Amino acid sequence: MHQPHAEPRRSIYYQYQVHAPWLASAHPPQDRKKVVIVGAGPIGLFAALELARLGVPSVLLESELQVSEGSRAIVFTRRSMEILQQVGVDAPITANGLPWRFGNSFYRGQRVYRMEAPHDPDDRFFPMINLQQQYLEQYLTEAVLAHPLIDMRWGNRVTRVDPKDSFVRVDVDTPEGPYSLESDWLVAADGARSGIRAMMDLKLEGASYEGRFVIADIRIDLPLPTERLAFFDPDWNPGNTILMHREPHGIWRVDYQLPADETPEQALAPESLKARIDAQLAMIGHGGTPWAMDWCSVYSARALTLPDYVHGRVLFTGDAAHMLPIFGVRGANTGWQDAQCMAWRLAFVVRGLAPESLLQSYSSERVAAAWEIIDEAGKSTRFMTPPTRGFRLLRDAVLSLSLSQPFVGPLYHWRTSRPHEYTHSPLNSAGDDNGLFKAGPGHGAPPQNIRLGADDYLLDHLGGSFDLLYFTDGPAIPEALRKVVAATRAGGVPMRVVAVGAAEPVAGADLTLADADGHFRQRYGVLAGGAAYLLRPDQHICARWMSLDAGRLQSALKTALGGAASTVSIQRGA
Amino acid sequence: MSTSTMLSVPDLEQVYDALATAIDTAGPEKSELFLVKLALLNANALGDADGFKAQIAAALKDL
Repeated sequence: MHQPHAEPRRSIYYQYQVHAPWLASAHPPQDRKKVVIVGAGPIGLFAALELARLGVPSVLLESELQVSEGSRAIVFTRRSMEILQQVGVDAPITANGLPWRFGNSFYRGQRVYRMEAPHDPDDRFFPMINLQQQYLEQYLTEAVLAHPLIDMRWGNRVTRVDPKDSFVRVDVDTPEGPYSLESDWLVAADGARSGIRAMMDLKLEGASYEGRFVIADIRIDLPLPTERLAFFDPDWNPGNTILMHREPHGIWRVDYQLPADETPEQALAPESLKARIDAQLAMIGHGGTPWAMDWCSVYSARALTLPDYVHGRVLFTGDAAHMLPIFGVRGANTGWQDAQCMAWRLAFVVRGLAPESLLQSYSSERVAAAWEIIDEAGKSTRFMTPPTRGFRLLRDAVLSLSLSQPFVGPLYHWRTSRPHEYTHSPLNSAGDDNGLFKAGPGHGAPPQNIRLGADDYLLDHLGGSFDLLYFTDGPAIPEALRKVVAATRAGGVPMRVVAVGAAEPVAGADLTLADADGHFRQRYGVLAGGAAYLLRPDQHICARWMSLDAGRLQSALKTALGGAASTVSIQRGA
Repeated sequence: MSTSTMLSVPDLEQVYDALATAIDTAGPEKSELFLVKLALLNANALGDADGFKAQIAAALKDL
């Protein structure tokens, strides 16, 4: 019998709430479900919310009774905030997180590189914001519990998965014993140690690195701004790297590399932690400042991915699909991009709006993104934890040169998580004018945000449907285009039209943005009226035209729906 | 290798002596680090990644 930990976890800043387990005996017999999601971490919770927004109910199975132990993921990117905004949880993160955009690298007491992440006036969110994962999960959980389409089940652990051709059966253990559940689709969002992945005997591909790191969260009052601090080869930890990040509630993350021959048990021994944290504080000139430990853990750098994220009726997402080095903030920030990329497709397949084959492009888009990340993270990892004598010599040479030669500084800038562009997605329109644009987001890219006014941005208005941005100063969307939009909607596919560039509301548009100064048109490379962008429900661009006609719009929609004619299928079920 | 300008013999002799002296100054513990730093400075001055890779290939010959 599954007996999840029923006492609130210990923390000096976070008040854990223990939820009651979901017990089958308290509920009527269950029909086959549309979607079962395994794992209520940041990615599973988001996936449930995104599916629900698109009208698809889900059961969310979580082995534990409370949110994550320790702060774990603490840095969230702008794109993550834009994705979380889609399910309405950006506000509490903005209100409680610590935004930042500077990173500093130190060697021998000297700042040898300062990274400045650009903050465009058109962006609503900062490049990065720090918040402990417990809060993140709490905000997502609150939204999940408030949503009538999501059946949240705490204390439910999947013990067996049995994939069939047209559904999946899972055995679930609970504090009162097991039950069995059938679902048309199963989403594995059960993290880096995914039980679903192990039970299906799926193998990850890629590399593991030697370096092991301690993560420790301490409460300490340090008079330092919210900026990333990285210390290379300090006297107290020769050859290794230390990172520091400020978190809310007076907490600092100290992240340091272990000597090669040390075990995790040795590293987490209280006297070892104390000696090293004291040494680090002394090095930055704050020796003797009182501090208290909240949580610590050991991790190793890995860069692995499943070669395919779709296995019949089972879809993998987030860390269950890949394990990525956490320097570069690539865990949750990658996972939300995965889940966003997956959820609208799964919703459309479940609702009968697109063929099952549409899911294959989820896998191809995100596996390609994972390999890009592995390649980029490999560069950072080779600098942080040099794998061979040659790499160590080069790294040491760069450290030494950096004291007097600024040209090597950028080598300190490890690449951080970024939104991936699905440039070669099969959902991109082949017959559009993508290549003719000199500016603006191209095929497969997420949209550039545009500041429309005080607390009003373009991305506030996009997503969850196909969005057509139509640039015009005329009074109406052309009749032929309106017919395509109407037919698309009649087929059950959600679609909105945003007119850009007219002072008065444009007939046939759901929203008109005046763009009086032409700034929007300029950033999107629009030269004349009649240009348009088509965005998928995950906001990524799938087509853009210098001059849109009905035939090309129809064709782009068909391609983006995986080849299904968008106007012929009458909505089935949901 | 695209070497547009070549050292004169007297200059080559100067470089020879200066490099030998510097390796001795760096000492056996640090001479490798010194040489890698020097290589990076030279690569930056060369401003040509492919040219530098050709130099690496030439230097790896006949070790």
